[in-house]
Amino acid sequence: MQCSIFTSGNMVTAKLSGELDHHSAKSIREQIDCEVEAVQPDKLFLDFKDITFMDSSGIGLVMGRYRLMQLHGGEVIILNPSPSIRKVMRLAGLGRLAKIETSA
Amino acid sequence: MIKIINQFKMELLARSSNESFARAAIAAFISQLDPTVEELSDIKTAVSEAVTNCIVHAYKEQLGYIYITVRILNDNKVSIKIKDKGCGIPDVEKAMEPLYTTAGGERAGLGFAVMESFTDKLTVHSAVGRGTTVIFHKQLQTR
Repeated sequence: MQCSIFTSGNMVTAKLSGELDHHSAKSIREQIDCEVEAVQPDKLFLDFKDITFMDSSGIGLVMGRYRLMQLHGGEVIILNPSPSIRKVMRLAGLGRLAKIETSA
Repeated sequence: MIKIINQFKMELLARSSNESFARAAIAAFISQLDPTVEELSDIKTAVSEAVTNCIVHAYKEQLGYIYITVRILNDNKVSIKIKDKGCGIPDVEKAMEPLYTTAGGERAGLGFAVMESFTDKLTVHSAVGRGTTVIFHKQLQTR
């Protein structure tokens, strides 16, 4: 599991890759929170394009970052989840907390 | 009548680093049925939830073993049993409610909801102080 973080102006993008589960979520969470707390961006993009597996730990990760972004009025945007990841996100009703954008 | 065509058992220490191993091992065993990508992903997700529950909840206080039995049954059915000898669940019905969690902050409370929705049948037995057994069944398409 890897996470690369890019900051540009008021936007932070975390590009995730590999398998996202309870074990791998912890270090991802710490890396993202460190950047978000320093930058306080308007938008946090979580790019799921290269995530090959995700269970409900991924939902917990998004919900936690949503709460963190809410503290300073920012929003979370989810990019490029695969069909199986979208299935877990739909079950959780994650679309109510974060915009989900899928590229064609 | 239910017939066992093939079976695989493993026991592993409830370490979070074993979550990916457990689902990969089970997926590899089930691959002999030539499942669809979606079926395999559903099973891996359900397994991951059950194994994570053992680690986060059952063995929160002391480290123990997770016992897994995977059976390939006739008519392309799969049954997976994931058992622990951990703390047990006082109120199974409550634990299975979506969004209910005792783990706090970063857990979504969706483990059982995912298992229920990604498999065809889910059974949970639990006794406080003795442990929890989760069994789920999945019917694969015949191809």
